[in-house]
Amino acid sequence: MNFFTLLNREIRAYFVSPVAWVVLFFFLLLTGFNFYAGVAALNRGPSEVTVVEAFFNTVFFWFGFVLVFPLITMRLFSEEYKMGTIEPLMTAPVRDSQVVLAKYFGALFFFIVLWLPSLLYFAIFTRVTRLEAAGAAGPFLGAYGMLLLIGMFYLAIGCLASALTRNQIVAAIISFTVITLFFFTGLLTFFLLNVTPALREMTAYFSALEHMSEASRGFFDSRPVVFYLSLTIFTLFLTFHVFQSRRWRN
Amino acid sequence: MIKVEGLTKKYAGVTAIDGLDFTVEKGEIVGFLGPNGAGKSTTMRILSCYLPATSGRASVAGFDVASQSREVRARVGYMPENVALYPEMRVQEYLEYRAALKGVRGRRNRQRVNAVKELCSLRDVERKLIGSLSKGYRQRVGLADALLHDPDLLILDEPTIGLDPNQIRQVRQLIKDLGKRHTILLSTHILSEVEMTCSRVLIINKGRIAASDTPEALAGRVRTAGGIRAEIRAGAEDLEKALSAVEGVRKADIEPIADGWHSCLLRTDADHDAREEVARLAAARGWALRELGRDQVNLERVFAEITQSEEI
Repeated sequence: MNFFTLLNREIRAYFVSPVAWVVLFFFLLLTGFNFYAGVAALNRGPSEVTVVEAFFNTVFFWFGFVLVFPLITMRLFSEEYKMGTIEPLMTAPVRDSQVVLAKYFGALFFFIVLWLPSLLYFAIFTRVTRLEAAGAAGPFLGAYGMLLLIGMFYLAIGCLASALTRNQIVAAIISFTVITLFFFTGLLTFFLLNVTPALREMTAYFSALEHMSEASRGFFDSRPVVFYLSLTIFTLFLTFHVFQSRRWRN
Repeated sequence: MIKVEGLTKKYAGVTAIDGLDFTVEKGEIVGFLGPNGAGKSTTMRILSCYLPATSGRASVAGFDVASQSREVRARVGYMPENVALYPEMRVQEYLEYRAALKGVRGRRNRQRVNAVKELCSLRDVERKLIGSLSKGYRQRVGLADALLHDPDLLILDEPTIGLDPNQIRQVRQLIKDLGKRHTILLSTHILSEVEMTCSRVLIINKGRIAASDTPEALAGRVRTAGGIRAEIRAGAEDLEKALSAVEGVRKADIEPIADGWHSCLLRTDADHDAREEVARLAAARGWALRELGRDQVNLERVFAEITQSEEI
């Protein structure tokens, strides 16, 4: 029960803060532009990609995607540390794990809300052009499923970073750096000389770009599912321990 | 209700509290008195399970604060020294949320929230955002929060700090009323506050319990220990000699004022009131005496007296 009480507060806290609405606004602007760019590119002539695939595999998408996690998560723990509200919170009969999970799922909820309007883009596309946005259900499910999977892991990274410090900016920098490293691992092969097939395969296994590109074409691969779920759980586990360590740190 | 044995807390090498031992019985209102940095807040934070102790044991209502922390937290209403609240929430909303966190749900949630709003005079501001409240109101929201789950033990860390004199009087009265049904441990560095509200006083200094007594006994001890002030017209040397010889006087400070008058501050033994003796002396010598009374008691002197004499 405590979990839902906490979750409820976390979600409300998002929607009463101006930061959330600013993020929401600019994120919509960016994804809207990204969608427009995708449609414009397809207009130039016959293409092998669908509009869904075009949408989820551009630089605009990458940037918006990577930037949004630090913004969503940086305040989660840092703000409570800084304002001192952690004291009343942790002297109430709640478990540390409930607090960590409530904050995590609150952030996940906001992340999902952030992406909901994009579904509208494809609905409008289909209505206006009388063409199918993806050609089949697979790419839709794949792209949004992968969005959720990658999002779950990156939000966990953000939680961990926020649990580490009372300074929101520091938390944002830590999570941005780690997320960027994970997200762009796949590009490593472009910079290295003598790329062996083995190395290429290994970076592909880690590469979010690769995962997204596969999923948005409707391919289902269980490896990224296991990869992201296990990393999410591991990172949340770390967050829990970092959060507990506050008692011993001073 | 509270049992503390050998409680020690060290912060990065600095010892905040050093082997504290005390007990608080059910129904007591105990005042925790000490200068800043004496370890009051640290002790209270350990008792409310916010900080772990470095060593030693503490239990509340029979539950250990370290190993049965949630049981303890469910029974303790804690008001921290700096009441930190979510500025974006409304008072009503915040109290409902806090009550739910403490396991007060459904109809009882509404009842308790209404009850504490009444007790802490928060009705007028229930729709306001916490961020827009004055310090006094925030303090009261913090107190209301501590009362929400009707806890067995209230731990209040300087509950009257930052309030105006009117509010201080209200809060003291409230604490007195609450003391009829709850056990209370409250900290303060205002001596008179303890005298007015508490049934027992624990004095803590440099992380140790320096004294444990009723406010009356303590005040009595302090009053005489505080010394005697007199204004007498006589020669400084004569005065110094004669006053130092009075029984029970440990030290006489003589300061000239004007027209031959001298202000005399006499430090006396704790259990000795030398005023009568001084009056007789002045009469016998034919000195003019225009003021004779106890010296103003201040907390610094109390600590000096109590810690010097090492009385427990």
